[in-house]
Amino acid sequence: MTDSILNSVFLLTSLGGVTGMVLFIVSKKFYVYEDPLIAEIEDVLPAANCAGCGSPGCKAFAEKLVATEDISGLFCPVGGNEVMKTVSEILGKEVVEQDPTVAVVRCQGGCDVRPKTTEYQGPKSCAISAMIYSGETDCQYGCLGDGDCVAVCKFDAMYMDEATGLPVVITDKCTSCGMCVDACPRDIIEMRPKHKRDLKIFVGCLNEDKGGIAKKACAVACIGCSKCFDVCPKEAITMVNNLAYIDPEYCTLCRKCVPVCPTESIIETNFPKKKVKKVEVDKGIEVKSVNLMNDA
Amino acid sequence: MDSPPIVISASPHVHSDRTAKRIMYDVVIALVPAFLVSVYVFGIHALIATTAAVGSCLLFEYLIQKYFLRTEVTILDGSALITGILLAFNLPATLPVWMIIVGSLVAVGIAKLSFGGLGYNVFNPALVGRVFLLICFPVQMTLWPTPVENNTSLVDAISGATTLGIIKDGLQIGETMGTISAQLPSNMNMLLGITGGSLGEMSALALLLGGLYLIIRKVISWHIPVTVLATMAVMTGIFWWADPTQYVSPIIHLLAGGAILGAFYMATDLVTSPVTKKGMVVFAIGIGLITVVIRLFGSYPEGISFAILIMNAFVPLINKFFKPRRFGSKIKATIV
Amino acid sequence: MLKTFPKGGIHPPENKLTSSNSIKRMPVPKVVYVPIAQHIGIPSEIVVDRKDKVELGQVIAKSGGFVSSNIHSPVAGTVTKLDMIVDSSGYKKQCIVIRTDVKNETNFEEIDYPLKKEITLEPQEIVRRISDYGIVGLGGATFPSHVKLNVKEDKKLDCLLVNGVECEPYLTADHRLMLEKAEEILVGIRILMKALHLHRAVIGIENNKRDAIEVFKKLTADEKEIQVAALRVKYPQGSEKQLVKAILKREVPKNGLPLDVGVVVHNVGTIFAIYQAIQHQQPLIERVVTVTGKQLKEPSNFWVKIGTPIKDLVEEVGGLPEGTRKIVNGGPMMGKAIKNTDVPVTKGTSGILVIHEDEASRGEPKACIRCGDCVDVCPMGLEPHLLMNLSEKGLYEKAAQEDILTCIECGSCSYVCPSHRPLLDYIRFGKSIAKKMVTSKN
Repeated sequence: MTDSILNSVFLLTSLGGVTGMVLFIVSKKFYVYEDPLIAEIEDVLPAANCAGCGSPGCKAFAEKLVATEDISGLFCPVGGNEVMKTVSEILGKEVVEQDPTVAVVRCQGGCDVRPKTTEYQGPKSCAISAMIYSGETDCQYGCLGDGDCVAVCKFDAMYMDEATGLPVVITDKCTSCGMCVDACPRDIIEMRPKHKRDLKIFVGCLNEDKGGIAKKACAVACIGCSKCFDVCPKEAITMVNNLAYIDPEYCTLCRKCVPVCPTESIIETNFPKKKVKKVEVDKGIEVKSVNLMNDA
Repeated sequence: MDSPPIVISASPHVHSDRTAKRIMYDVVIALVPAFLVSVYVFGIHALIATTAAVGSCLLFEYLIQKYFLRTEVTILDGSALITGILLAFNLPATLPVWMIIVGSLVAVGIAKLSFGGLGYNVFNPALVGRVFLLICFPVQMTLWPTPVENNTSLVDAISGATTLGIIKDGLQIGETMGTISAQLPSNMNMLLGITGGSLGEMSALALLLGGLYLIIRKVISWHIPVTVLATMAVMTGIFWWADPTQYVSPIIHLLAGGAILGAFYMATDLVTSPVTKKGMVVFAIGIGLITVVIRLFGSYPEGISFAILIMNAFVPLINKFFKPRRFGSKIKATIV
Repeated sequence: MLKTFPKGGIHPPENKLTSSNSIKRMPVPKVVYVPIAQHIGIPSEIVVDRKDKVELGQVIAKSGGFVSSNIHSPVAGTVTKLDMIVDSSGYKKQCIVIRTDVKNETNFEEIDYPLKKEITLEPQEIVRRISDYGIVGLGGATFPSHVKLNVKEDKKLDCLLVNGVECEPYLTADHRLMLEKAEEILVGIRILMKALHLHRAVIGIENNKRDAIEVFKKLTADEKEIQVAALRVKYPQGSEKQLVKAILKREVPKNGLPLDVGVVVHNVGTIFAIYQAIQHQQPLIERVVTVTGKQLKEPSNFWVKIGTPIKDLVEEVGGLPEGTRKIVNGGPMMGKAIKNTDVPVTKGTSGILVIHEDEASRGEPKACIRCGDCVDVCPMGLEPHLLMNLSEKGLYEKAAQEDILTCIECGSCSYVCPSHRPLLDYIRFGKSIAKKMVTSKN
């Protein structure tokens, strides 16, 4: 009895010893030198591996940061300015501060306002249904509603609103990594500056059809009437192909364009409601405060 | 719009009427003759065992899917039904019912649902259940009832041995093949099913009938069953030819035990067999070889269930190495 | 034993409802909508403007490059607008809208020309005219025909294959054309043989069109150079690669073309269009379209002007039946479902299939049971279940290694899958991404 116990103890110990030796020798012999800075930077990075920076993962981004001389063009959208500042301190290289951005969905064509004219049967994927045709509605620019953006979000910052069938961004969770922007076959999702208190104004439509056709397909479509274009004091609005676009670089959030839009396709978020009502009375146009982005 | 909207989907816009459900129920139909034979031979015991296995398989699938996994319940797709029938077919008819239920739990719960359900299981669920029982309850699992005269009685039938068991035991105690052969049932009896053994492996004839139905209905292809049986025949034939005093003839090997049940119904399980014909042949040769090795040299008299499980593990590898030939792949491409 | 290709293939119910209905002529539509992207390759460039008067057969959009084609006005009339119209791709595409001039007699002249046998043009002239007259492959792929005829010097051709297979269920356009215009098609074959300097042509016809086989056998009885091959009925035999394999037992190399094995394949419809262009100076402005469906009052074959809205065709056969839930442009295996009947007929429209709600919906996809049926039926020797998985998981590079790019999108895998899995949907998607990856690498 004791013999067998001793035997097995001896066997296992020597086995452990031998393999330990082998491991030791191998790790010494095949040691690869790595800049300790890389590990240090990697610790700082958010470890989301979202590829929002353009590198395939945080480790790769750390390597790139260490290897590149001028890192002013590199930015971690998830970590934001804070992380980049720490990186700058560790590496002693200049980083450029960037305004925080957030994803916005530029389509308001929910089930209630954009009638379905056909029924799609097939894999529930925007990319695949976009290959077959223009979607269940008559608008070939709007959201397909199969949720590729939600599926691709690694931060649970998006969900599909069951009532409207449209994706919703949870602004607080959005790290602006850009995965959803790439996933959307219609380029509906855009990264826009967050501003203070997350104030945003943007055109919630991408329909390039002529006014009548666009309006027929969707009640809240931009019909290209140019009213917002005319009213904008900063010339931040451009009209291309029957579609208005507000350039965030020039927009001062003055909100003049919002009430003039006849189809309510300009979305403003997180502005105090009171003021909107005032405008409503002034202009005599019914305006709803669209608070799509802050539902959660 | 009153009428439902126009449907848009990618081509093709037509579909064959062959569905997974139909395949499953075809297998059930194919198993009916063998079941009838076993009811005839073992009477009420066969009925009880099969009902217990099928019922508990369906119940476990329902309970696990509904309350544990909280996924869609798929008990009507026929796969749990088949698992139940095949499990029962692989057990002695007089096995206590609670053991059958344990076997069903292992088959459905562990071998099938823990891998992700139908289509994802690596091993044949019924065989996993059977092998589990064989290892846990070796005595009860090798207590074979002999065919009873009064087959409605609930009294335990006299236990006997299977054909393969007789041979293995006989050789172990050093009997000569002459004396052993005298104890074996005749080939005709084995063909019709008047012999000891598992519930469903009784009648080679009934099983062949069902197998033929499956091949005609294109549920299975002939490649696996024919190759398994041919490999076994060739292997046992070689040994028999070399030393007839130690080894029995290939005919006995093919008719006895679970060879036909395994070759037609267990090895051909769509999920756990290779997808290409080439792969199927390789898979089947493996089963045949391992079965013969276990039967002739292993400690168990019967080895086809182990053989199938072992080869199941190789299926992903076989699928990787035996791919269909790509059209136009032999010739060097010249792009105009 | 009849000839066929050896690996894969399926045999869906044929449902050739219209095979004994002779081709009728559609009345000239009041307005035609002519899309400028009717063929594979670069879209044509519009050369007319709003309010322009156009003659019958006048070029209204010029070829935009080598792999492109001219588009001719199917009617004499006035261009009312250049608009965006939803075509069979499901997207809005640029389109020339022409109102037919009802007073212009050329619109209503009989187009049935007498047979003309002598071929007076020289080979180069023939190729140029095929290019000028906007001939594209009418089998469905709409590949500009002149591209196939511009054979480089180093390629040795020895055979012209004539594709009269029409393996798609329901469609009978080619079948009827072969019966009614057999002699013209034979002249067309001669024209192509002259253009390509060939001395051998084989007409491949599936055995479910025995009458067409008989007709051609009789006509070619004392021809040495043109043969008729009866083929076993099997889908997708109309695919070029499968047809070459079935008739000549030659295998077109992976990523190669029939040219690589000395063969040029043309569809019978295309050949008839070539005959019309060369012998009667008629550009490609009309084609045969099968309008079919089990519930239709009188499914028929029509000569249709390019640009005719599908609505007109459906009206002509008695209107959309009650309970219609799917309208397919093309055959049931490879056709595209369209959103509504405003979509115009283009050069590639071989049929309109109206499907009742009983058959319109897809089955609910279930888990793959690894039965291997998709592998068995794939005519290209691929593993559809594997490709679908790789594509679903985004492993496009791996899918490219598994030859996803050689998929001909015949749909046999989706047709047989007992679990109703959308195999081709995923494969088509994976293929498009893998293609982009491969081209960006090169």
